Amino acid sequence: MTAETRALGRLLLGPAVALLFVWMIVPLAMTIYFSTLHYNLLNPGMEQFVGLENYIYFLTDPAFLASLYNTLVLVGSVLVLTIVLGTLIALLLDQVVVGRSIVRLMVIAPFFVMPTVSALVWKNLLMHPVSGLFAWIATSLGLTPIDWFANAPLVAIILIVAWQWLPFATLILLTALQSLDEEQREAAEMDGAGPFSSFLYVTLPHLARPITVVILIETIFLLTVFAEIFVTTGGGPGLATTNIAFLIYAQALIQYDVGSASAGGMVAVVIANIVAFFLVRIVGRNLEA
Amino acid sequence: MGRITLQGVRKAFGSHTVIHGADLDIADGSFVVFVGPSGCGKTTLLRLIAGLEDVTDGRILIDGSNVVGVAAAKRGLSMVFQSYALYPHMSVRGNIGFGLKMAGVARPEINRKVEAAAATLNLTPYLDRKPRELSGGQRQRVAIGRAIVREPKAFLFDEPLSNLDAALRVQMRLEITTLQKQLATTAIYVTHDQVEAMTMADRIVVLNAGRIEQFGSPLELYDRPDNLFVAGFIGSPRMNFIGKEMAKRYGAPTIGIRPEHLRAARDGEGWQGVVSVAEHLGSDTFLHVDVPEIGRLTARSVGELGLTTGDRVRLSPDPARIHRFDADGRAIRS
Ligand SMILES: Nc1ncnc2c1ncn2[C@@H]1O[C@H](COP(=O)(O)OP(=O)(O)OP(=O)(O)O)[C@@H](O)[C@H]1O
Ligand SMILES: [Mg+2]
Repeated sequence: MTAETRALGRLLLGPAVALLFVWMIVPLAMTIYFSTLHYNLLNPGMEQFVGLENYIYFLTDPAFLASLYNTLVLVGSVLVLTIVLGTLIALLLDQVVVGRSIVRLMVIAPFFVMPTVSALVWKNLLMHPVSGLFAWIATSLGLTPIDWFANAPLVAIILIVAWQWLPFATLILLTALQSLDEEQREAAEMDGAGPFSSFLYVTLPHLARPITVVILIETIFLLTVFAEIFVTTGGGPGLATTNIAFLIYAQALIQYDVGSASAGGMVAVVIANIVAFFLVRIVGRNLEA
Repeated sequence: MGRITLQGVRKAFGSHTVIHGADLDIADGSFVVFVGPSGCGKTTLLRLIAGLEDVTDGRILIDGSNVVGVAAAKRGLSMVFQSYALYPHMSVRGNIGFGLKMAGVARPEINRKVEAAAATLNLTPYLDRKPRELSGGQRQRVAIGRAIVREPKAFLFDEPLSNLDAALRVQMRLEITTLQKQLATTAIYVTHDQVEAMTMADRIVVLNAGRIEQFGSPLELYDRPDNLFVAGFIGSPRMNFIGKEMAKRYGAPTIGIRPEHLRAARDGEGWQGVVSVAEHLGSDTFLHVDVPEIGRLTARSVGELGLTTGDRVRLSPDPARIHRFDADGRAIRS
């Protein structure tokens, strides 16, 4: 790359970067502004500057630590589930010879279902303690059905969200598997590696980069899971399924407290950046050449 | 020990037969080259021996025991792939030692063997690099190192030099032959380049459309080709084939004469023709000559004759070097 092409590149990137910057900076600035006000929708026109009080209020609220914990558990569990299952399914699908495109379409299908819809389906058709499919299976086997949203609410949410993100992980990993050089696998075979060693020493290192991509992309979205919680548990029972995103919503629209919600929003931004920082440190080096 | 015997080996993909019954006996320690045009089944035959592909019919014996149905890893062979197939995330050390690691060899033992192999191949300075930080020739050497470190019964090479430039190819060709002689391990080497075949092989297998046309030493193939295909495939420039009236005079439907056995002169005995193209290589001259009633003939003469396009020339074949073929293309030996 010469100095000239680099300068041209910068010039051409300029407008896009400027637009994105404005696009981001205006809402961000407004959020920061609101987060310093005492601003309740029930008393309009009474806004007044309160400094960091909203932040102190949000951070010392016991609900904050609970929801931070829930957020991390949710993100972590869904990542583990989607990557482990996604790798296994991708390995299976890679063996499929006939009807590959149909199978692929079926696997990706859940990704196109809206989160609200899939959450409703899970809530009413699958996990319902009386009329759900799981309850029916349990009763047919002579077991007591689990009341998912009462007894294991966070697990239920994790299952729903993992189901939604599984196709994404599977598809990326499958594509990566299909780009693995056949001769490398054969070389490992000649070298005496069995299926397990071959997976461990040849396939898995090849998947390191796509797995990193899946982790980074999924984390961005999983930090803000909302619809699934809103539709099924409404953050409860108690605070059992309240994550940061839901807590902010609860502050703003249940308690009508815009100031505190904005402070929460800023906290969420900081948390997302901390997570991103650690993620990039831990897995990001896989992305380098 | 590494004697490899094929008995009636046949391979079909679905209904499409790719190898039609191959019989071969490869002596221990010999360097055998499979050569033939693209798509004739060289790679398939090699992969059958390696165990990466199942035979449809027939037996493959390694040191007398049938290995059909035996897993690739258990056959005691090692392979150098055309694309090298190095493990990209492992260092050179890891790549060379991987087979030993899989065999459960102890760590210090692996290191010792890897370093010895690296020393033979001049790879010692690169042991801790990744494959992508190596040049093509160095990658090639790593692939060879991976093959030799396991001390296999035989090496299988599938066109290992085809990704290298001409100069490096000549150098690696020499290195591989030297190494093979030094280790005295059987080697099977696939190529479509007949110069590689002639220079490297103890014995050559000429394949054509899934059939073994001839199995013999390079000079046997050159001096006594069994049929038209081998006669035309081995030797550069190609042998001249003459049919019709002129061949009948020699008592065969087709006769063949190599360019180097046609003596070209401005006058004297022989077939008269006109030079249509003269290629001057300095050491040699290739003359493409149009001869009435026979057609285009190629003659090769040592040094410069000073002939150019349009000149009249006389071509006289060396009578002892004329090959005669019957109507089915088989050589007539008298
Ligand atoms: N897996 C396969 N399925 C079906 N046909 C195959 C398969 N592998 C090879 N063939 C066919 O078998 C024939 C021989 O292939 P092979 O790869 O052995 O040729 P080759 O002599 O190595 O050629 P090249 O010099 O181009 O590498 C070809 O006609 C090819 O199309
Ligand atoms: Mg081939």
